Amino acid sequence: MTQTRPGGRFQPVRRLRTSAKRDRRCPRPPGGKAPRTPLAYGTVLAVLIVALAAAGTAALAWGSVNIPPTDVVDILTGQAHGPSPYRTIVLDVRLPRVILGAAVGAGLAVVGTTLQALVRNPLADPFLLGVSSGASAAAVSVIVLGLGAGMATTVTIPTASFAGAFLALLVVYALAREPGGGFTTTRLILAGVAVSYVLAALTSLILVVSARADHLKEVLYWTLGGLGSARWDMLALPLTVLAVGTALLIALARPLDLLLVGEEGATVLGLDTARFRAGVFVLTSLVTGVLVAHSGAIGFVGLMVPHAARMVVGAAHRVLLPVAALMGAVFLVVADLAARTVAAPQDIPVGVLTALTGGPFFLWLLRRGRAREGAQA
Amino acid sequence: MRLHVEDLSYETPSGRRLVDAVSLAVSAGETVGLVGPNGSGKTTLLRCVYGALRPTGGRVLLDGDDLADAGVKARARRIATVPQDGQTGFELTVRQIVAMGRSPHKRFWEGDTAADEDLVQGALERVGAAALAGRAFARLSGGERQRVLTARALVQEPAVLVLDEPTNHLDIRYQLEILGLVRGLGTANLLALHDLTLAAYYCDRLYVLDAGRVVASGPPGDVLTGELLAKVYGVAAEVVVHPATGAPTVTYLPGTVGEPRA
Repeated sequence: MTQTRPGGRFQPVRRLRTSAKRDRRCPRPPGGKAPRTPLAYGTVLAVLIVALAAAGTAALAWGSVNIPPTDVVDILTGQAHGPSPYRTIVLDVRLPRVILGAAVGAGLAVVGTTLQALVRNPLADPFLLGVSSGASAAAVSVIVLGLGAGMATTVTIPTASFAGAFLALLVVYALAREPGGGFTTTRLILAGVAVSYVLAALTSLILVVSARADHLKEVLYWTLGGLGSARWDMLALPLTVLAVGTALLIALARPLDLLLVGEEGATVLGLDTARFRAGVFVLTSLVTGVLVAHSGAIGFVGLMVPHAARMVVGAAHRVLLPVAALMGAVFLVVADLAARTVAAPQDIPVGVLTALTGGPFFLWLLRRGRAREGAQA
Repeated sequence: MRLHVEDLSYETPSGRRLVDAVSLAVSAGETVGLVGPNGSGKTTLLRCVYGALRPTGGRVLLDGDDLADAGVKARARRIATVPQDGQTGFELTVRQIVAMGRSPHKRFWEGDTAADEDLVQGALERVGAAALAGRAFARLSGGERQRVLTARALVQEPAVLVLDEPTNHLDIRYQLEILGLVRGLGTANLLALHDLTLAAYYCDRLYVLDAGRVVASGPPGDVLTGELLAKVYGVAAEVVVHPATGAPTVTYLPGTVGEPRA
């Protein structure tokens, strides 16, 4: 053991003094803003992964037929012996639905987080900004009007959704943007609501004109949002787009952080904001479009989850995005389980449930934001 | 290293000329002050220099390279500033805000290294904000924010430091500390300042702007005269060389001079 160098002895003393000073100045760190260690982030991820596994198992076990969770685990791990009636339910009916739910929840949370940074407003959400409505309106047009006939709907619907999402986002962005380049909460929400209404009306119009009963149910499904259509053969596209989109956005964490300090702040720190925004708009539209093509417009997940995630790990995107993705996945798997079971055998569209919880949350956020603005003035 | 502003003009889209053919130069190790009344074009000129505005005429040269040809990121590696709109609705910590200063030196996917973290810590200590490191930036006072954003500019390791009212919101002790710190960096410093006595003490040379034009320039002792202050600011003032500092000190006399300014 070597002797402690004279300089080394001062280290702990200095550290103690700084922490004592911090404690004196700020006895209760506001909002739990203590410096975060990688361990805390690792713990959060581990807890969320366990929660996702638990929620997934519960979602596989419960429903119109209740299956003991131990049997579910046996089936999943291939330890179930002989043909079992549960096998089909778990593997072919419920598992694709759970996977789609997790993917859509994660995707909406990631897109919501990103949009909030992009417009520098914590009230942004793919649903509130009209992006989801754009995607579903385009999807409905394709179904009802038979656009792109002859091509597989697994291609035409996601493509149309992406285009619809992108167009809606561009329109809302153009309407809400002020000459100086900023976005006020009011303008943004009004623009989003206006675009959503127009798109909803357009969807209804297309439906009325077409007047076919079999379209009605399908359109309703897109408007309300649900995961009931999940099948194994349709999971590849949403999972791929989700994985690539999320990985890219996590890689873009640094410029996303820069956007949070404002247009001029980001520019003087070396970010070409116009080009970056344009690129991220395309990326978020793509993810939203493809997810909405498979689940319909599920609202408020992209609003609530990023907030919850920020409360846990802060606003830096490198840690925020993975946490938001996992939280979104857990949230939607649980919400869909509730949607299937609360009024069983009725299968409530999960979008109805998320709106029921999300609406009040949005109002709370609006009030809190106003209180804070008032306090600052 | 030399910053050269050449015949720079800026006209708003509606045709108002805020900066009119201004030329100035700042060398490495030199601190140059920009003074002038409200609306004289100081902020607009500085925003053109650090790239938030595109000048409608003239050039900004760094060692002869036209900055209009350099990318946003290349410019941010050489020029640092404290921008005006530092507000954010999201809760980033002070440490995260300061670490953003490393961005121009990084590929977008790169994280911060231990060396970056040392730079951040060092900069926070230099501006006296080390105790704030873990706090939420959005909840700091105006003066605390100003110091934190100054630390971020230091972390950028720029050749040129452009600061618009760096002493805004600061109490007198931090005003002196920040100006002394900036002066000692060895960078080419271009500062807009309201306090003429501070400007005279900390700047090697001053440029006086009025209605977008340079009306006087040179060492503070030559530029700051009662006559000039009466003409540009419309105030009566006495300028004496202070025995302790050796720099001109401005004392304002009651009442104003001439017509009120538009």
